[in-house]
Amino acid sequence: MREDSLNPPSFTLLQKLIHIRWIFVLLVIAVAFIGVAMLFSAANGNFQPWASRHLARLGVGIGVMLCIALVDIRIWLKFAYLFYGFSLILLILVEVMGFIGMGAQRWLDLGYFNLQPSEIMKITLVLALARYFHGMGMEDIDRPTRLLIPLVMVGIPTVLILRQPDLGTAIMLVMASGGLFFVAGVRLWKFGALAVLGLALMPVSWQFLHSYQKRRIMTFLNPESDPLGAGYHIIQSKIALGSGGVSGRGFMQGTQGHLRFLPEMQTDFIFTMLAEEFGMIGALGLISLYILLLVYGFAIAMRSHSHFGRLVGMGVTVTFFLYVFINIAMVMGLIPVVGVPLPLISYGGTAMMTLLIGFGLLMGVWVHRDVVIGRRGGDRA
Amino acid sequence: MLRDNERHKHFNRRAAILGGGKALLLSILAGRLYYLQVVEADRYRTLADENRINLRLLPPLRGRIVDRLGIPLADNQQNYRVLLIPEDARSLHATMNALDQVIPLSDGERRRILRDVKRNRSFVPVTVRENLSWKSAAQIEVNSPDLPGIMIDVGQSRSYPHGQELAHVMGYVAAVSPAEQTGDPLLELPGFRVGKAGLEKIHDLRLRGKSGSSQVEVNAYGRVIRELERREGEPGAEVNLTIDIALQRTVNHRLKNQSAAAVAIDVHSGEVLAMASSPAFDPNAFNQGLKVADWQALINNPRAPLINKAIAGRYAPGSTFKMIVLLAALERGVVNTSTQFFCNSFINLGDARFHCWSKHGHGFVNANDAISQSCDVYFYEIAKRTGIERIASMAKRFGLGSPLGIDLPGELAGLVPTPKWKRQAYEAAWQKGETVITGIGQGYLLATPLQLSVMTARMVNGGFAVTPRLTRDVSGLKSGDSENEQKFKSLGIPTRHLDIVRAAMGDVVNSPTGTARGSRIEEPEWKMGGKTGTVQVRRISKSEREQGVVKNQDLPWKERDHAIFVGYAPMENPRYAVSVVVEHGGSGSKTAAPIARDILLEAQRRRSSQSTVARVVGSLETIQKKRDN
Repeated sequence: MREDSLNPPSFTLLQKLIHIRWIFVLLVIAVAFIGVAMLFSAANGNFQPWASRHLARLGVGIGVMLCIALVDIRIWLKFAYLFYGFSLILLILVEVMGFIGMGAQRWLDLGYFNLQPSEIMKITLVLALARYFHGMGMEDIDRPTRLLIPLVMVGIPTVLILRQPDLGTAIMLVMASGGLFFVAGVRLWKFGALAVLGLALMPVSWQFLHSYQKRRIMTFLNPESDPLGAGYHIIQSKIALGSGGVSGRGFMQGTQGHLRFLPEMQTDFIFTMLAEEFGMIGALGLISLYILLLVYGFAIAMRSHSHFGRLVGMGVTVTFFLYVFINIAMVMGLIPVVGVPLPLISYGGTAMMTLLIGFGLLMGVWVHRDVVIGRRGGDRA
Repeated sequence: MLRDNERHKHFNRRAAILGGGKALLLSILAGRLYYLQVVEADRYRTLADENRINLRLLPPLRGRIVDRLGIPLADNQQNYRVLLIPEDARSLHATMNALDQVIPLSDGERRRILRDVKRNRSFVPVTVRENLSWKSAAQIEVNSPDLPGIMIDVGQSRSYPHGQELAHVMGYVAAVSPAEQTGDPLLELPGFRVGKAGLEKIHDLRLRGKSGSSQVEVNAYGRVIRELERREGEPGAEVNLTIDIALQRTVNHRLKNQSAAAVAIDVHSGEVLAMASSPAFDPNAFNQGLKVADWQALINNPRAPLINKAIAGRYAPGSTFKMIVLLAALERGVVNTSTQFFCNSFINLGDARFHCWSKHGHGFVNANDAISQSCDVYFYEIAKRTGIERIASMAKRFGLGSPLGIDLPGELAGLVPTPKWKRQAYEAAWQKGETVITGIGQGYLLATPLQLSVMTARMVNGGFAVTPRLTRDVSGLKSGDSENEQKFKSLGIPTRHLDIVRAAMGDVVNSPTGTARGSRIEEPEWKMGGKTGTVQVRRISKSEREQGVVKNQDLPWKERDHAIFVGYAPMENPRYAVSVVVEHGGSGSKTAAPIARDILLEAQRRRSSQSTVARVVGSLETIQKKRDN
């Protein structure tokens, strides 16, 4: 069949390199450069301390992304559970260290850089779930017992991350997994049942939330109730967005950002700054770029000939979408402030690395789109 | 394979649904963006500007007050303040120790500074000391490299270079009291001053000017980033006075150590050349806030230094009122110049006996003698014949009994009694004896020194109802003297009556029998005329009179007579009128007349030297013009 002509199971590295979706890579770089520009503005026209490091991380990240893209997809399938297990151990390690250090901790200090296991989990969980659903037939999906294992796979890291506490990452993990369950074919009523269960558990889970998390949710519901306290961030963010108008105040001219009314403008609230300085035109432009990347992601996932590839592609795309949506909705005051960065633009190494690793996998799915993999991982070509 | 195709189809279907869901969510974001950035854009833009823009008022420079020759009487002085900006100081203690070498700081000051520093953000300047001398400020500037965080700030504060000389006329400025707040934000500025008394109060709004504003951009912590817009205010108008400060100084010098008042005015224009009230106060002291003890001392002083006696001191005019009585009698036709009365030192009216000041009597006296020798009996007689109503009406025509409307706050009306007034005030009928006593300017009659000077001016200026004023003009509108001389209404007194009075007043000073002959001016072209007045402040009982009246200087101060003199000069073509009242000063001829003479002499000397200067300047200008042509 076509694999004889189109899908020689072993491309040379050069062939693989040519097959990478370079337009996608360029789009990623373009968005990241918008980030560089905004970080330059956030530092009042200085490359230090953020823009230059953002650029350096981008360089490293693109390299990592391309390397991952070239790795045979079957290797990821093979080691999916191993990676998952490894990151689960790291998460537990953080928990233990936090316990010893008598305080909340999200990362492991590795000397050169801080490793956030929760970020790694975002990728490895996608891989693990993709592998699980890949090895499951259509008929197995309808058997509730078969869903127990993936639910546990999602549940354990979620609980660990919630304990850190990192509500944003936990939500992203759950929602990305939900997306995977959905495209894998889990019946809709089961989602409904889960949602009802979640709602029923809400009063209970409220007890487990930290006071600052409770406060954030309360201020989200009524930010004006405490304009100088916890609601301050979101009010200032809305003022900045609104004052940008259609065309914006101009590059480096945003008053809310530059006069420090805007909190955390180099990280979580960088979209606000962009929308203040470039207005609705700029904001919609950026969202359009994100949409292009998402469309590519969808297209790549749907085009793959392996179920694993499809699921990984979709998992990465959904994760990316969640970053975008949660961050923007958060700074606009549509959802509570949960601390999710704007992908490729916010300053922060871990999130960028997570995304570029994810995009590397996505590229890998594209490069190996015609590789057909058997349910047990065997090569059926 | 087929199975996988089916799975692929199923996946794609679900993926499409998921994609649709995402598209929906993203369009919510776009809609929210539209709502915030288009629908609500203006509101948020305003909020953003409110966040960052602070409006600061720039207080205007208060207008100067200058005398008739342009000499500043109220000015603005640089006021140096030392500020400490904590964030610029490497160490607060080190900076304060270094500053201590230049201006010694007390422990209390140090504590206050540290407390203020703690209360504010580190970029907010803390005042270390105010009202620094120029010398100390310069020393600090020179040492600024060793004083990190120390800054000198220059403000403006009101100063009165002549201090006490014109205190009552100038008034003073002081901090705005809560009752004076009008909602004008300018008044709420710390350190803003408003006029509280005198001309500073009357012209306060004109002197104040218009405030400017400075729009500054501040960041979230309140630090000023830059100035966006600056609108300079308008400085206050300059007020040009009729006062001649050199003459004023002479007057003050002569009133020194007395409780007294004197006014010198131009008889034609009503311009007040000098107005003094003694003792005075230092208006500069009010500017920086008076110490409680000093304030108490001013308030409790029996000589009332805070009161402008020239307009708010009321005294019986005594014999200086006799001209009015004579004019009323002449108008009524009761007497003419040759009418004589015999003075044997008293008259009897019913049971009462009214004494003349002369124990021996003046013998036969006519109008001229009666004024120049100040015979009381003559005036008892003509007052009796003229009647109180006509005397009162004449007094009112000469400006007594009601405020003259001078441009100062607190002018009092004085009092010209009439039977109607007495009925209202005392519910009692007017007594004949009261007419008699009014005839020599005593009884209920009360006048301010200003009224006495205006009365005199009206007598010698040809009978025009001149009114006094202190303000020549308010800046910009400078007009020549001639235009400034208003046309005053005539009082309708026949010139020959006025001439009789003027001649008699001349004899008061220049006749060998005049009461003020000791105070005459020898220079023929500067000769003066006038009238003495000695006003009893206590009743002399019959028994006391029989035992011999106690000499005035042997009485306690409070019981001594008031000494009064009104005068004019020169004799020909009078130009200046003056009134002098020395409270409990003894006799008008001994105490008040010499003061009036010195004032009138100085006024004429100054005028002649000024006109010489003017002539020289004028001829120089003509030469200059010819040369230019």
